[in-house]
Amino acid sequence: MITNLFYFLSFVAVLSALMVVFSRNPVYSVLYLIITFFAIAGHYVLMQAEFLAVVHVIVYAGAIMVLFLYVIMLLNLNRESEPHKSNILKFAAAICSGLLLVVLVGSLRGTELLKHSEAGEVSSTMGGVKNLGKVLFTDFLFPFEIASVLLLAAMVGVVMLAKAEKKTNL
Amino acid sequence: MEEGSLVQYAPIALMFLVAAGFVGVTMLATHLLGPKRKTNVKLESFECGIEAKGNARIPFNIKYFLVAILFVLFDIEVIFMYPWAVNFKELGTEGFVEMLLFIAALLIGFFYIRKKGALTWED
Repeated sequence: MITNLFYFLSFVAVLSALMVVFSRNPVYSVLYLIITFFAIAGHYVLMQAEFLAVVHVIVYAGAIMVLFLYVIMLLNLNRESEPHKSNILKFAAAICSGLLLVVLVGSLRGTELLKHSEAGEVSSTMGGVKNLGKVLFTDFLFPFEIASVLLLAAMVGVVMLAKAEKKTNL
Repeated sequence: MEEGSLVQYAPIALMFLVAAGFVGVTMLATHLLGPKRKTNVKLESFECGIEAKGNARIPFNIKYFLVAILFVLFDIEVIFMYPWAVNFKELGTEGFVEMLLFIAALLIGFFYIRKKGALTWED
């Protein structure tokens, strides 16, 4: 049952990820990417990481994809204005992505599966909200507080970039 | 993951099924039940009397994007509150102060946004 579910989710994730690349309309690509994110959230659930799954759906499938849609709309992707890619550019892109694939496969082949004893005691509630909160607010307190500074920096940055000063309008 | 623990996700699976099923059934039902009277006038795109020209892909105001990205930032802030709220009693005063520090940094950002008028909608 678990294995079948894993294969089903992997199939959905890979298929919709391919559709992201192959669909001509960028808005369809975004919609396929949402399906991919849901399938990956399913994988998180299978790996006992419930909180991560929920966050993945709320933040990525919900909020980040809205941003993606906005970016696509901001870019003015008309069929006429779309620049024609030359053959040498396509060739270079194929070589680059092929090299990336070789690096990824090579590095993943070198890793060994984590032994059960090395991974420590894996309980069914380890990825739950309660355990995660305990670890976050005791052992990883400093990164948590730094995250607030990161969010603050992001806020200041986006206001600086996107908000036109009134002086320029006058 | 054990076989048994999968049962606790049954309500979520059921919710997904109902959501997908509702869309499928309503789309199919409107196709089958609704009458079809196609005339040239009816198939014209409805644009409040004005004929449609151009397409929907026009660059639009960056203010929408600004609001969306600020929403994402505060969304992430709220996500951090879930594990804190679940452990509220165990963490005690210390946890409360930690969260106050976290909120304070974001509140500075919030006041900065208000001060800069990033959320006001003037043209």
